[in-house]
Amino acid sequence: MFEIWEGLKAAFWLVVSFDAELWEISLRSLQVTLTALVIASTIAIPLGTYLALQRFRYRRLVISMINALMGLPPVVVGLMVYILLSRSGPFGVLNLLFTPTAMIIAQVLIITPVIASIAHQSMRELWAEYHDLLISLNTTKRQRIITLMWDGRRNLLTAALAGFGRAIGEVGAIMIVGGNIDHATRVLTTAIALETGKGDFALALGLGFVLIGIAILVNIAIHTLSQTEREGRW
Amino acid sequence: MTALFPLELKQVVVQRQSKRVLGPVDLILYPQGPTVIVGPNGSGKTTLLRVMHGIERINAGQVKWAKDDPAKHAFVFQTPIMMRRSVAENLAYPLRLAKRPEADIRTAVDYWLTRIKLDSVKGSSATRLSGGERQKLAIARALIRTPDVLFLDEPCANLDGYATRDIEVLLQDAAAAGTRLVMATHDMGQARRLAQNLVFMLDGKIHETGPSAQAFATPKTDALAAFIRGDIVT
Repeated sequence: MFEIWEGLKAAFWLVVSFDAELWEISLRSLQVTLTALVIASTIAIPLGTYLALQRFRYRRLVISMINALMGLPPVVVGLMVYILLSRSGPFGVLNLLFTPTAMIIAQVLIITPVIASIAHQSMRELWAEYHDLLISLNTTKRQRIITLMWDGRRNLLTAALAGFGRAIGEVGAIMIVGGNIDHATRVLTTAIALETGKGDFALALGLGFVLIGIAILVNIAIHTLSQTEREGRW
Repeated sequence: MTALFPLELKQVVVQRQSKRVLGPVDLILYPQGPTVIVGPNGSGKTTLLRVMHGIERINAGQVKWAKDDPAKHAFVFQTPIMMRRSVAENLAYPLRLAKRPEADIRTAVDYWLTRIKLDSVKGSSATRLSGGERQKLAIARALIRTPDVLFLDEPCANLDGYATRDIEVLLQDAAAAGTRLVMATHDMGQARRLAQNLVFMLDGKIHETGPSAQAFATPKTDALAAFIRGDIVT
């Protein structure tokens, strides 16, 4: 109980004193996570919608695979990305290991199945609702995908936010591929792991509260900016 | 008036999970209408309409339009499908698909909003409308592209007298403006008011067909006579 109280105090002082290091790692956390989120959403949302609409051989298998990949262990993803990006790996020449780019790659791999799976589920329900109408209006496949994505944007936003939640709290993979290097690849989660290892629980908890605060603020900001409750041009 | 007709169905059969739900059906529809399809529940009225519109796969037979153009068909479903958009955006949707200029879209939408008396709720979500309002909106959305033929599947099922009257006025005006109506109903009063030709279906087959005045005055089969009297027909 005492440590939680100390953690709250530490979080408060870190924020009100505009602690430079806290700002740096918080901004890096956001930069890595939001970049990964944009890339993953760009892949996963159209993929989920396409899988909801299109019938093809092995479709069920593909959907099952994506659902299974939702539970992909981050440490395994980190290890795979590490091997691929290490000097002896196929992409070693790119010198990406222990950079924020490597962390973004790992996060994209982790959250793409999460977003795709949730997007597929909600698009499948919307497609069942719209199927007869869109078929009767003689729409093209492209028009159907765009219509479903537009009308299901609130559900897709939820899918993206689920991906954001998974990414911002991720530690295993980014610790392996980022290395937790001060002023280079340290983010909130790896800093928390470091402080816990050093036994500074108050600071670790303080960083944890800051992390939770950022996650809540980003969720609120995205909902507000996207004005999900407002209607179009009339 | 439409060059799509005559529409000819030859030996059309539809099966679902090896159960025959329609056919074999032979029918010719000429440009003069409206045609009203009547029959008890499960007699194949909806399936026949869907076959004519081209949204139901047939297992045997032929559906032949004089000059087929799916963009000139429209369909109104028994349970109106409301898109998760505003009332006005629902109306605008078919015109946006057709890539009409924005000014034309606004003019057409404003006209139809006034016509169906929904201009006061044009910015509201269509999913919040009452049953009668939804059906009027669905019919207006079908008519906004001035289709040559409009298929309607029991458009007034579960509606009260006022809503039914409003919808019948809309349909009569559309027919007067040159849209060929093909409608399924089991409301014999409505069939008397609207039909020029009557198709009576029973057990997945066309049992009797002909000019409605004649069919109502002197039905050729006992089953139609009983159905007109309001008896239970199986």
